Amino acid sequence: MRVVFPFSAIVGQADMKQALLLAAVDRTLGGVMVFGDRGSGKTTAVRGLAALLPALPVIAGCRFNCEPDRPSPACHGVCKHTGVGTTPSPVVDMPLGATEDRVVGALDLERALTLGEKAFEPGLLARANRGFLYIDEINLLEDHLVDLLLDVAQSGENVVEREGLSIRHPARFVLVGSGNPEEGELRPQLLDRFGLSVEVRTPDTLAERVEVVKRRDAFDRDPEGFARTWKAKDAAIRKTVAAAQARLETIAVPDAVLEMGSRLCMAVGADGLRGELTLLRASRARAALDRRDAVTEADLRQIAPMALRHRLRRGPLDEQASTVRIERAMDELLAA
Amino acid sequence: MTEDGAPESGARDLWADAMLAAALLAIDPELGGAVIRAGPGPTRDAWLAGFRPLYPAETAWRRMSPAIGDDRLLGGLDLAAALGSGQRILQRGLLAEADRGVVIAPMAERMATGVAARLAGVLEDGAVQIERDGVAQRLTTRFVLIALDEGLEDEHPPEALVERLAFRLELDTIGHRDALPISATPDDIAEARAALARVVPPGEDAIHAVCAAADALGVWSLRAPRLALRTAAALAALEGRDTIERDDLSTAARLVLSPRATRMPPPPEAEPDKAEAGSEPDDTDMPDNQQSEGEDDGPDETDPGQGALDDIVLDAARAALPEGLEALWGATGTMSRAAPARSGASGARLPVAKRGRRIGTRPGRPEGSAGLDLVETLKTAAPWQRLRGKALGSAGPLRVRRDDFRIRRFEQRSESTVIFVVDASGSAALQRLAETKGAVELLLAEAYVRRTQVALIAFRGSGADLLLPPTRSLARARKQLAELAGGGTTPLAAGFEAAALLAMAERARGRTPLLVFMTDGRGNIALDGGAFRTRAEQDALNACRRIRAAGLRGALIDISPRPRGEGAKLAEAMGARFAALPYVEAGRVRDVVRELEA
Repeated sequence: MRVVFPFSAIVGQADMKQALLLAAVDRTLGGVMVFGDRGSGKTTAVRGLAALLPALPVIAGCRFNCEPDRPSPACHGVCKHTGVGTTPSPVVDMPLGATEDRVVGALDLERALTLGEKAFEPGLLARANRGFLYIDEINLLEDHLVDLLLDVAQSGENVVEREGLSIRHPARFVLVGSGNPEEGELRPQLLDRFGLSVEVRTPDTLAERVEVVKRRDAFDRDPEGFARTWKAKDAAIRKTVAAAQARLETIAVPDAVLEMGSRLCMAVGADGLRGELTLLRASRARAALDRRDAVTEADLRQIAPMALRHRLRRGPLDEQASTVRIERAMDELLAA
Repeated sequence: MTEDGAPESGARDLWADAMLAAALLAIDPELGGAVIRAGPGPTRDAWLAGFRPLYPAETAWRRMSPAIGDDRLLGGLDLAAALGSGQRILQRGLLAEADRGVVIAPMAERMATGVAARLAGVLEDGAVQIERDGVAQRLTTRFVLIALDEGLEDEHPPEALVERLAFRLELDTIGHRDALPISATPDDIAEARAALARVVPPGEDAIHAVCAAADALGVWSLRAPRLALRTAAALAALEGRDTIERDDLSTAARLVLSPRATRMPPPPEAEPDKAEAGSEPDDTDMPDNQQSEGEDDGPDETDPGQGALDDIVLDAARAALPEGLEALWGATGTMSRAAPARSGASGARLPVAKRGRRIGTRPGRPEGSAGLDLVETLKTAAPWQRLRGKALGSAGPLRVRRDDFRIRRFEQRSESTVIFVVDASGSAALQRLAETKGAVELLLAEAYVRRTQVALIAFRGSGADLLLPPTRSLARARKQLAELAGGGTTPLAAGFEAAALLAMAERARGRTPLLVFMTDGRGNIALDGGAFRTRAEQDALNACRRIRAAGLRGALIDISPRPRGEGAKLAEAMGARFAALPYVEAGRVRDVVRELEA
């Protein structure tokens, strides 16, 4: 097992860390897109996230991570159900260069060859069910794979009709993408599918930069030792996430805050209802992480840029960054 | 390092550094590799010839074509083995084969972004994650990548890759007579490798000094200081020491940080600067005399050692800055921290194409020239033979089904859309429009082969109209341009905005927009429709600046009978080419466009 850089040891990058934690608390948020400079720790943060996710109750032996009392019809003949158990919450990497058969699943080669049997071998989407699917450099992913992901992310179900197989299985995952816009634009349809989007930059104060390099150097020299020193901090975050998940349903959302959210979306011209819904859910997740009972305007204010930034219609010559527009709209609404 | 007498020593220093980099890479493969910027020739060959013997004879040494496909790069199903044995056997790709060895990437400046991203990922992970052709496997691999960059002018290998390689060596200025063999032997390297494990990690002062130097040079990515620290450790190991000394840090800064500099650091200061955690690191001091050499003087109440070390490391890096850096960027000038040129602007790649570099296959039916990929199709069909009722090893034909068909996919440089933006105001408008129409038709008639599209926007009165949406069809253009109206006031800014909008839309479609403005540059209608000349001019100028900021390319053709300079000013503001053509001859307009496309 590879030792990964501890999430809690990441210096700065508050927005990115918060967005990932919010998505961990409420998986219906619609995923997180991280744009940013090279070497600013995007991949490190996602890998580190895996250690913070509470274990998942599953049917032991199920290849789709089915919930104990809700086996998928696809499990018949595919999974050996051996009772109830738990599994670490999956964070599955989808590497560039992955082929379609490995993403959606395909006929099991060896069984076909040696036994002449037609059996389904699940792919990455099955492994990611109820967990996270991470795609680094998502803007370089081939178009046909992007189409496929959009479809599955939308429906929460993977339909395989190939090589004489006909199978559907649940595929609900939190999509996390990262990329550097300088290397190619992300298709708007895909961007719109993400609940939250954050931008990360390399830290620009010397003290912070020194700290990043120091910790990284320490980690490279002794990964296990380094991970041990941060274990308690990671564990504390994991507990917070689990507690927030448990209380998420009980968080109150006052009408005034709901209304403020709608007005904000209208003011900045965010498209559709997806923006409002994300704003609401993310604010609730934030309140839950903060151990509060109700959502406040402060939650809304803090969440608004990451929930709405990528949904604004921008004029081509619009110099003003989306974040600035959202913050200004927020100021105006609150002053009114 | 100029003409007579001295040149050899400068070149020799450069060469010594280049060979030192070779030794360091052999000691610590985690340094990633090097970019060698040089034309093919004896000097480059000499470097490679000096590098290779540093490795044991059995070391894997692989050459990678810039157009390599995923199956060869990352690995995949072994077709022969699958057919013969009925087993799913992994065919390792080039990157896994190169474990503990070296990958040479010739013509790295032509490497596709996607290939660079795959390489960068593998370098970062130290493993190839394979999810291909029914095979899922993780193969650890750690190799040194030598990217041979033969680029001209501003052609460079993809930054995502370059960033992970510790060294950038410019060998073009070194004559091959200065390229003497290196003195290190494989035994030295083996010893140094063993010593590397004993090197004491760099202390906080060393980390601070390297980060401060990177900051001063405008090196933003934090991979650079990390690579510099690793380099310092390898240097200590090469000397058989187990502690990193000042000289190691200085040399590392020279080798790793200087070639990445994006700005001139502030000149050396008389007082050691008191950069403590939390305090402002730079440029709050006034410029001062540079008399402090060697020992530090002056009142130094806080940690003099740190300031001195910072200065030493930065000085070493400063001394190695490429000549002309200052002249290039000016004394104050810093390059923006964003990448200098967005490759997306002109080199966007369009994956749906039938020509260009192959980027793999996809399931589908072969139609016309979208060719069947025979090998991929057989590979897809092979594993199912038994299931389809054919006995393994039997000599009969393979049973191939339509599902197995794989067709080739290509990528291609994107095609351009030339957007004409014509001032249709004033009395000369009809004449101009007729000539412009001629230019559009001429371009379309000639451009078909080049797959250029042409669009036309005209502005007059209170706004701008899209007279011809982007098209490649000459017939369509003729029909739509049959009737054109002219005359009236000049809403210059509105014309520019409309043009930029269309350009961005074209870019989003994966095409490369080129803007050609034809105007005298004298606007008299502001963006809000008001007839105020000064505001109209200000609006137009602002629009031009935003066009520049958006990275759009174009030309402005001044069509006034006696140009007065407004046109040139606007062209400058948007970074466009400028040409004065009072008579708008179609042939000459076409030439301007040709220059833009080139």
